[in-house]
Amino acid sequence: MPKDTGIGASTKRREDIRFLTGKGVYTDDLSLFGQAHAVMVRSTVAHGRIVSIDTSEAAGMPGVLAVFTGEDFKEVGGNPAGWFIKSRNGEPMREPKRPVLAHGKVRHVGDAYACVVAETYAQAKDAAQVLADAAVIEELPAIIDMKAAAADASNRVHDEIPDNICFDWGWIEDNRAAVDAAMKAAPHVVTLELTNNRLVPNAMEPRASIGEYFPGTGDYKLTTTSQNPHLTRLLICAFVMGIPENKLQVVAPDVGGGFGSKIYHYGEEAVVLAAARKLGRPVRWTAERTESFLSDAHGRDHVTKIELGCTKEGDILAIRTETLANVGAYLSNFSTATPTFLHGTLMAGPYKVPHVYVNVKTIFTNTAPVDAYRGAGRPEATYSIERVIDKMCRELNLDPFEVRRRNLLTPDQFPYTTPVGLVYDTGNYQATLDKAIELGDVAGFEARRAESAKRGKLRGMGLSTWIEACGIAPSHLVGVLGSRVGLYDAATVRVNATGTISVMTGAHSHGQGHETVFPQIVAEKLGIPESSVEIVHGDTAKIPFGMGSYGSRSLAVAGSAMDRAIDKIIAKGKKIAAHMLEAAEGDITFADGKFSVAGTDKAKSFGEIAFSAYVPHNYPLETLEPGLEETAFYDPGNFTYPAGAYICEVEVDPDTGKVDVVSFTAADDFGNVMNPMIVEGQVHGGVGQGIGQALCENTSYDENGQLLTGSFMDYAMPRADDVPFYTVDHSCATPCTHNPLGVKGCGEAGAIGSPPAVVNAVIDALHRGGITHVTHIDMPVSPNRVWQAING
Amino acid sequence: MQMSDTRDIKAPPSEVWAAILNPEVLRECIPGCTEVTGNRDDGFEATVTQKVGPVKATFKGAVALSDITEGEKVTISGEGKGGPAGFAKGGAVVRLEPIPEGTRLSYDVEANVGGKLAQLGSRIIDGFAKKMADDFFNRFQQAVEGPAEVEETSDAGAEAGETKKGWFKRLIS
Repeated sequence: MPKDTGIGASTKRREDIRFLTGKGVYTDDLSLFGQAHAVMVRSTVAHGRIVSIDTSEAAGMPGVLAVFTGEDFKEVGGNPAGWFIKSRNGEPMREPKRPVLAHGKVRHVGDAYACVVAETYAQAKDAAQVLADAAVIEELPAIIDMKAAAADASNRVHDEIPDNICFDWGWIEDNRAAVDAAMKAAPHVVTLELTNNRLVPNAMEPRASIGEYFPGTGDYKLTTTSQNPHLTRLLICAFVMGIPENKLQVVAPDVGGGFGSKIYHYGEEAVVLAAARKLGRPVRWTAERTESFLSDAHGRDHVTKIELGCTKEGDILAIRTETLANVGAYLSNFSTATPTFLHGTLMAGPYKVPHVYVNVKTIFTNTAPVDAYRGAGRPEATYSIERVIDKMCRELNLDPFEVRRRNLLTPDQFPYTTPVGLVYDTGNYQATLDKAIELGDVAGFEARRAESAKRGKLRGMGLSTWIEACGIAPSHLVGVLGSRVGLYDAATVRVNATGTISVMTGAHSHGQGHETVFPQIVAEKLGIPESSVEIVHGDTAKIPFGMGSYGSRSLAVAGSAMDRAIDKIIAKGKKIAAHMLEAAEGDITFADGKFSVAGTDKAKSFGEIAFSAYVPHNYPLETLEPGLEETAFYDPGNFTYPAGAYICEVEVDPDTGKVDVVSFTAADDFGNVMNPMIVEGQVHGGVGQGIGQALCENTSYDENGQLLTGSFMDYAMPRADDVPFYTVDHSCATPCTHNPLGVKGCGEAGAIGSPPAVVNAVIDALHRGGITHVTHIDMPVSPNRVWQAING
Repeated sequence: MQMSDTRDIKAPPSEVWAAILNPEVLRECIPGCTEVTGNRDDGFEATVTQKVGPVKATFKGAVALSDITEGEKVTISGEGKGGPAGFAKGGAVVRLEPIPEGTRLSYDVEANVGGKLAQLGSRIIDGFAKKMADDFFNRFQQAVEGPAEVEETSDAGAEAGETKKGWFKRLIS
């Protein structure tokens, strides 16, 4: 029977009450006494040399308080890349400085090179235009196409980087010869060239920041749209501004979606702090939607050639890939990790493939920076693998379900060391595949196809069996892989005198539902009502430390830290109970919210223990400290490995090329599930984004580097009628073996596994409809592209 | 964005040539143009107000003439800044050749836009540019040939006239 409270219950999201009734408090909702408004001046050309910026007219305009250019930030540090990657030849990656405001050159349309601060937004905006008109920027040829960028040594995004290559990475370089040999010996080789389309994250809330400076104490405060306020503070203090960490408070209040784009520190955050310091007033900035399109870190943008060597029966013998990954104009904080260790390490998929070699060249171009976006590297890996396997099935006339079954790792093979550096701890990939086949009614497909055909539609079915590595991350391992920081997390559980609990967590909730799920775990463990537990997040002044929310890590890492802190609370509670009950500590047991003396009916409730921890009349002060508050850090021993099987059915209109996703079945293994409803919602959202990538979304720059899809008129977001009612299951659970909750993470899964299922379904529909010359269509599989493919 | 077209104008090449280089004619013929100053040697300054999809802006720009073969060929290049709307720049090579009816004018235009114009208007910019060019040469033809003949040659003009007449008749009947 389903539980109605605690772990495993579908507790309704308490945060939704404020989100759905307009009572959330987002950065832009805050109005501060004496605040001034900042407007960024952004480049309208993709590549240009800043000849001069005459700020005098703008500075003299009504209401203008200050004008900043790159010159003002010349002396401060750059915004760094968080992962250090070495090229195959041992050379370090090329790391150009990313200034707060562009200096010397502008490198993409939307690159901010100046900022105007004024009394009102309108005044700042007017002056920004005057400043833009007065700036002399000599336009240079734009570097947009990755292949051309790498081939042309004369035209450079960064003058000091001759071939626009950040690094040329091989994973694992020592495997290369063996992979080449296996490929050569393979009875059949399938080759596929594909593009993983660039995406704009498009969080519902655009980025916004408010800087404050308190002259009396020298303290700074930054309120900002961040998924990880501690990380932002670290970057600003240690790398960019040099502010002592104890003098900067970073607050991320309600945040309206991030999907990765709000992990990173952006220059605007430093600008509002500098402006606040200069003016002694709060300075606020909120991105317009167009600014978000131009300056948020984009996602994906890989061009890959994948080769798969196999037997005629479909046993995979080797996989080899060559990828060009666009990093855009500057290195965003995770941009070097995304195409490498979040991508290359997943290239064995959930399969027993003995030989894998991955080569990735990352290229600078005059486009917005590219970084992690829901899934980050793992969707790119999954898409390549699942598409090439589908192509193999067609070339060898094999059943895609049987081929998966042949190659999937079996439960007895765990822990399994992949040829690309990971150790999968547990899983049961056959179980999720069987579940998807059952729930997706694969047996009934032929009847549905015939019915579609009667209506003139081509029906197809696509399969994807995916795996990801998340719960980021085991600090030691990522340290070896190049991360410049460990990625553990922290939690403080504070029991108040009356027995209510505040949990300070390093994970930030911006839609995930932590405020509901974390209390479920606390309530379960302490035997108290969920309503007695409150989650505090998003404020460096309130929370000891935390690396934030991304990489499906909140529950697996921050949740595990909380779990440990609760264990400490129970341990201390036992000491207090032992004193109160005049028993030996070893005789105290804790269950159902009661500390009891084993074998007796003597017991104290959790509330009684809490009360006496703070306001005791009779307490062993000499031997036991009062108070009931514990902090714990947690560093995962391994990544977690959620996996699953997705089956998508589409109908293609052969006359128009329009694709309708008519059904989508997701059978996932997320380990233990804390709140099934929230997990289901996460899968819905992730699959929706995956369908968006597969069918709708594309980020298009013209040859001059102008962003052609700079608004929702031209950038197609998936809408309600683009997605079907999903069938979602997570009953095939193999609990994670190395974290205390046995959880694996579910936030990114849908976006990772779904795009290949959709595209495989489209190709299947065409083939079943007799259109067999189409072997691949790049995403987004728009009506135009499908029609061209059919008629091409 | 690139486009090419030809027009047959019922006037001798010398008249057409003179008209092309006349700022007053340009002001009359460029849709949305409010001001043109300058001359063929120093170049022209033009102010044009236009609406491209959701973006309405006043562009101020310099137009230069180069590669002139008197009476036959000229390259017109220019760049206009539209403030918050972004910029447009481009060039046109215009050629004149005599034909029995007068002059055959042919042009090859290449144009680029940037800023908001590119972000918001890219879907419609090609159609917009084509319309701008058509409007320009319709007016140019009218300016050179005189209005009476245009009514005969231009279907669009005739229709517009009839619509007006219809409206006017309804008003007085």
